[in-house]
Amino acid sequence: MDLLRFATAGSVDDGKSTLIGRLLYDSKSIFTDQLEGVERASREMGSEYTELSLLTDGLRAEREQGITIDVAYRYFATPARKFIIADTPGHIQYTRNMVTGASTADLAIVLVDARKGLVEQSRRHAFLVSLLQVPHLVLAVNKMDLVGYSREVYENIRREFTEFAAKLQIADLTVIPVSALHGDNVVDRSENMPWYEGAALLNHLENVYIASDRNLVDGRFPVQHVIRPHSSQFHDYRGYAGKIAGGVMRTGDEVIVLPSGLPSRISSIETADGPVDEAFAPMSVTVRLEDDIDISRGDMICRPNNQPRITQDIDAMVAWMSDEPMRPGQKLALKHTTRNTRALVKSVQYELDVNTLHRNESCAELKLNSIGRVRLRTTTPLLTDEYRRNRETGGFVLIDEHTNNTVGAGMIVHA
Amino acid sequence: MSDVMESPRRILSQLEVLESEAIYIIREVVAEIERPALMFSGGKDSLVMLHLARKAFAPAAVPMAILHVDTGHNFPEVLDFRDKIVAQYSLNLVVGSVQDAIDRGTVKEEPNGTRNRTQTPVLLETAEKYGFNALLGGARRDEEKARAKERIFSFRDEFGQWDPKKQRPELWNLFNARVHVGESIRVFPLSNWTELDIWEYIAAEGIEVPSIYYAHEREVFERNGMLFAANEFCRPMAAEPTFVESVRYRTVGDATLTAAVRSQADTVEKVLDEVASTRITERGATRGDDRVSEAAMEDRKKEGYF
Repeated sequence: MDLLRFATAGSVDDGKSTLIGRLLYDSKSIFTDQLEGVERASREMGSEYTELSLLTDGLRAEREQGITIDVAYRYFATPARKFIIADTPGHIQYTRNMVTGASTADLAIVLVDARKGLVEQSRRHAFLVSLLQVPHLVLAVNKMDLVGYSREVYENIRREFTEFAAKLQIADLTVIPVSALHGDNVVDRSENMPWYEGAALLNHLENVYIASDRNLVDGRFPVQHVIRPHSSQFHDYRGYAGKIAGGVMRTGDEVIVLPSGLPSRISSIETADGPVDEAFAPMSVTVRLEDDIDISRGDMICRPNNQPRITQDIDAMVAWMSDEPMRPGQKLALKHTTRNTRALVKSVQYELDVNTLHRNESCAELKLNSIGRVRLRTTTPLLTDEYRRNRETGGFVLIDEHTNNTVGAGMIVHA
Repeated sequence: MSDVMESPRRILSQLEVLESEAIYIIREVVAEIERPALMFSGGKDSLVMLHLARKAFAPAAVPMAILHVDTGHNFPEVLDFRDKIVAQYSLNLVVGSVQDAIDRGTVKEEPNGTRNRTQTPVLLETAEKYGFNALLGGARRDEEKARAKERIFSFRDEFGQWDPKKQRPELWNLFNARVHVGESIRVFPLSNWTELDIWEYIAAEGIEVPSIYYAHEREVFERNGMLFAANEFCRPMAAEPTFVESVRYRTVGDATLTAAVRSQADTVEKVLDEVASTRITERGATRGDDRVSEAAMEDRKKEGYF
C-alpha cells in the first residue's frame, strides 16, 4: 500500500470541512467515540445537523468561533492507499496555511460552490497550487444539490476553470461535481448526475498515478549527518547519512562531492537492515565512499555529469509570512536542504497579484501573505536546482534571526 | 524491510515512507540541536521511536539520553521491560520521578490521586536539570484533535508552553530548530503515523513490546464505561464489583487513568486484526485524562504537557 498526501483549499462556506468529514465518514474512518463527540458538540451549539466540520476543528478557539485556524492533518486509509490530508483554512492567513499544506502535497483539492462559480479565492488557490508545483489538482464543484444537479452549471465552471488553469501550467486537472452534504460523487458515484462519466472523488484519490512525480533523474544526496561510531568494532567507519532528494544512486556510481568538487565512488549504500544496491527518493540511507574525503553536513553528493548550480546569488519566488515586511537590505537566516546559511535581501523585483497574475514592479517590499520575485545573496554557496525541477533542492525557508520565526518560503528560479 | 527495491517503478510502501521520514527527522534533531533527549515510557510508541533512533545512527549508538518521567503509578511489566531495554542497548537513562518531586514538595499530589497533570512540572524540571533543549516524543496526530494541529517541530517558550496560535509554518521537510536560551523544541517524528501504522511496523520489524499489550487474564472493574485493573493504585469502590476478564492495553500511561479493553488478541497478528477493525479511538477507549472536556488535551499542552 502506498501513500498519498493531499491538501484541501476552499473559501469560507464552500463546505471543505464537510467534504473531509464525508470522506472520513463514508470510508468508515471515523470512530464511534469521535462521532459521538461531534454529535454532542453539535447539539450544544444548537445545530440541527451533525456538524462534520467539528471533526477537524479541534482547538477551543475554533469551536467557539466556528472557524478553522490552522493547518490540520487527518489520516485515513482504504484497502488501496493510505491518505494524509492537510486541511488548510481558506480565510485567515490563507497564503501561509495553503503554502504550508501544499508544500508536501501530491495532490490538491480546490473547492468551489456551484451556485457562486469561480470566485477570486478559487483562482488564488489554483495559483498557489501551481506555484508550489503540486503535481495533481482536483476542482471539486460542490453543492451540486443546490443547483438541481445541473450539468450546464458544472460545464460552465469546468470550462472557465480549465481556461484559467492552462495559464498556470497545471499538469493534471480533474473536475468532479459533488455534494459533500449528501455524499454525491464523494465515495460512491452519484445517481443524481448520470451525465457525469468520471470517477467519484475517493476513487480518483485511490488511483491517481503519483510514482512518476518524483525526480528520479538528477542524483541529489544532501548530507545530513556524518556517522562515525566511536567503537572498536567500527573503528574506521565513516558513513554519510541523509535522505535522497533526487535521482537513483547505486553502489559503484562515480560521484562528485559539492561544493568541494572532489570525485569519488560509492562503495556501499547502507540501511540498518543491511546494504542495498540502489536507493532513490525519498529513502533515508547511509552512503559510504571509496575515498576518505572531508565531507560535512550541508554538502551534496551528486553525479559528475549532472550537477546542481553552485551559487550565492539566488533568484526566487517568495511567499512572505511575517507581519514585518520583507525589505531590501534585510538579513535573514536561510535553510536549504541540510544547509544553514545567512541571506541578504538584494531586491524585491515585483509583487505578484495572485488574482490577476499582474506583476507590480513598483513594489519595494513584500507584505504579510504576499508573493513576489526577490533576489538574495547568501554568505555561503547553495547547491540549487529550479524548484519546478525538484521541490527538495529548489525550496528554502527564511527565518528571522531575532525571533527565530519562519517568515518566508522560497522557490528557486534559475534566471 | 521488503523487496520493493526490485520494483521497476520504485514505489515505497506507506511504512517505508513513514520510516524514512521519521529517521530523517531524528537525524535532523541530532544534527541541529546540541542536547536532545528521547522521551521513553516503555509504551509501544516510544519503543517504535527507540527502534527508529537506533536505525537512524547504526552502526553507531543512539547519540542522546533516554528520558522517562516516572509517575510512580506504573504497570510493573512496563517498568521491568524498560530496564531490560536500557540494559540491552546500553542506553543512558535519565529518570524524572513524580514521587521524588512530591516528597521534595516541588509538586503537589492532585486531589483525585492521579498523576497525569503532575507529570508536566516534573518533565520540565528534569529537562532543565540536564539541559535538554529538544525532547523527542512518540505522540501522533491521529491520537487527538489538538495534536492534529501541532507541528512536527513544536516550539515551546521558556515555560515549556505550547501556543497553538503562534506556531511556525512548516514547509517541505525544512524544519526550523532555532531556539533562544531557555526555550525548547518538542519533536514528534511519528506525527504522520496512525495506531494501525504503529502495529504494522511492530509486526514488520519484530519489535518487542511489554506483555500488557497482548490479551491476558486480569482482575478488573468497570468505571465510566471503561475497564480498570484492580491494583494498589486503583481500588474499586463498593459499587464496583471486580471480575476476571481477558483484556489487553491499547495505551500505557498512568496506571490510575489507563483502562484496558476486552480482547482475545494474544499475538501481534491478532492485535493487528483487532486494531484494523476497531470502531473506537485508542485514547477514547482507554484514557480517563482526555475525558475532562472537549479541549482537555489542548489545555494540558498549553501548560507544557507532551
